[in-house]
Amino acid sequence: MNEMETVLKCEGLVKRFGGITATDHVTMELKKGARHALIGPNGAGKTTLINLLTGVLEPTEGRIELLGQDISHLSQHERVRRGMVRTFQINQLFDTLTPLQTLAMVVSQQQGMGGKWWQALGSSTAVTKRCTELLEQFHLLEVMNQPTHILAYGKRRLLEIAIALACEPRVLLLDEPVAGVPAGEREELLQTVAALPADVSILLIEHDMDLVFEFATRLTVLVNGAVLTEGTPDFIANDPKVKAVYLGSSLDASKVSHE
Amino acid sequence: MTALAKVQSSLRLDHRLKPWEMIAWVLAFISPIVLPSHSLLISEITIIALFATSLDLILGYTGIVSLGHAAFFGVGAYAAALFAKLVMPDPLVGLCVAVLVATALGLLCTLTILRGSDLTRLMVTLGVGLIMLELGNKLDWLTGGADGLQGVVMAPVLGHFEFDLNGKTAAWYALSITAMLFFVMRRLIHSPFGTSLKFMRDNRLRTSAIGISVTKRLAVIYTVAAGAAGAAGGLLAQTTGFASLDLFGFDRSADLMLMLVIGGTGWLWGGITGAIVFKLMQSFIANITPQYWTFWIGLFLVVLVLVGRERIMHPKTWFAKTKRSAI
Repeated sequence: MNEMETVLKCEGLVKRFGGITATDHVTMELKKGARHALIGPNGAGKTTLINLLTGVLEPTEGRIELLGQDISHLSQHERVRRGMVRTFQINQLFDTLTPLQTLAMVVSQQQGMGGKWWQALGSSTAVTKRCTELLEQFHLLEVMNQPTHILAYGKRRLLEIAIALACEPRVLLLDEPVAGVPAGEREELLQTVAALPADVSILLIEHDMDLVFEFATRLTVLVNGAVLTEGTPDFIANDPKVKAVYLGSSLDASKVSHE
Repeated sequence: MTALAKVQSSLRLDHRLKPWEMIAWVLAFISPIVLPSHSLLISEITIIALFATSLDLILGYTGIVSLGHAAFFGVGAYAAALFAKLVMPDPLVGLCVAVLVATALGLLCTLTILRGSDLTRLMVTLGVGLIMLELGNKLDWLTGGADGLQGVVMAPVLGHFEFDLNGKTAAWYALSITAMLFFVMRRLIHSPFGTSLKFMRDNRLRTSAIGISVTKRLAVIYTVAAGAAGAAGGLLAQTTGFASLDLFGFDRSADLMLMLVIGGTGWLWGGITGAIVFKLMQSFIANITPQYWTFWIGLFLVVLVLVGRERIMHPKTWFAKTKRSAI
C-alpha cells in the first residue's frame, strides 16, 4: 500500500446546535500511519468533531470518508466495524468485569464471534492469543483478574486504550489519553501510546503540549469550531496566529495551561 | 506457566461448573425422596426459581427493569393448559408449545421495550402484563375467565411417569426441565453473547463504540427470557392442572423482583436462591401468622438492603468497614 494513502477524510463538516456553530466547515485528512494531533483552546470544538467522526452526532453539512467510502450516515457500531475506533476522555469501561474478560469479549467481537452463545468466552485460541498480546502490551497482565472498578486510575486508562486497539482499528481517535493520570503512572501510559502500531493512523486530542510535540508529526489547530491552521510541529510552534490564540504564551513550553 | 496459559486457565475458571453447583443439583433431585410430603412445595419452588432466573437474564444481565414478566409466565401457562385440554395431553409437546407462544409474545414486545428510557420501559412492561390479564378475563369462552381454566389432565411424562397425587412426578419433571434450561442459560451467559449483555449493562455507550449493535442483542435476550418464563408458566399449569388469572398478576412480577433482590442479580443462582428463601419464608411465616407474613418479608428486605447481602453471607466482614452496597 502507498505510504501516503488517505485513510480518513472529512470535507466541509458543519455542526450547528440551534444558532451555535460548533463545527465550522472543517476539512482535514489523515494519512495512513499518521500521528496527527488536534489542538485548540477549550471550547474549540475538538470533542464535537470527534463525535461527528465517530457517529455519535449527525453532521448538519459535509461528508466523512473512511478508506474511500462515504460513512457520513452510518451508525456508531457500523463505523467501528469499518475500522474507526475511539477512546474516551472520561473512561468508559465495564466496571464489573475484569480486564481479561473485557478484552476477551472485544477480541471475540472483532473476530466475528461476538454473537456466539453456545461456546464459552475465550474457547478460541486465536482470541486468547490476541488477548495475551494486548494484556502484555498494555501492562495489564498482573491485574487481569481484578474487577475493573478497583484498578488504579493509570491502569484503567491503559485498559481504555487497550479496548480500542482490540477492535483492530485503521483509524484510532485518542481523546486526551493522559488526562488526569497521576505523575507516577504517567510514564507507563506515554510509552504505551508511543508504541502503538505504526500502521494505525492516530488522531490525538490532547492538552498536554509536551505529549503533542513529542508524539505528533502533524498538527491541526482548531479555534471556534474552524481550522485555524495546519502544519508540522515546528511550523505551528512558530505561527504567530497560534501564539495569539494561546494568549501569546510560548507553545513549546509546558507552562501552557488550559484549565 | 506462560502468560497465554494463565489467560486461558483464568477464562476457563470463569465458566467451569463448580463442585457446589453439582452438589446443589444432586440435593435438589433427591429432595422429593427425602421430603416426600413436601413434593408439591418443591415443584413450586423449582418452577418459581426458573421463572426468577428468566427475569434475571434481562434484569441482571442487561439492566432492563421489567414489571410485566408475569405476562410471559401466564401466557405460557394458558398455552400449556389449553393445548393439553384441546389438542393433546402430552406434557413435553405441550411445554414446547408454551415456550413457542411465550417466545412469540416476547418477540412482539421487543418492539416496545427497545424505545424510550428506563422509566417508560418500566411502564410499558407493566402495561403488557395488564393487557394480558384483561384478555384472559374477557376471553372467558376460551380461558374460563375469572374462574380459571380447570380440568387440565396431563398424560404421563414420556408415556411412563404418571403425575401422582403427592406430586413426586411433578417435582422431578419440574426439576429436570429447570435443570436443563438452567444449563442452557448458564452456557449462554458465559458465552461471548452473554458477556456482551454484561457489557450493555455496565456501559452502553462503550458497547456500541466497540462495534456491537445494542438494540439487536437486547431484542434477542428479551425474547429468550420470555421463552424461559413461558416454560416456567407451562410447567406450573401442567403440574397443578390449573391456570388462573392471578398468574398474570402484577404482584407476581413484583414478588419475582423481590426474589432477585434477595438472591442477587446478575448471577444465575440468584434467582434460585431468592426463590428458595422467599418461598420457604412465605410458607414458614404464613404457618405462624397467616395474615401478616408480608410484614416479616418486608422487614427482612429492609435489613437485607441496609446491611448488604454480601455482609450477611460472609460473617467475616461483619466487623470490617463497609465498602459497597451489595445491591
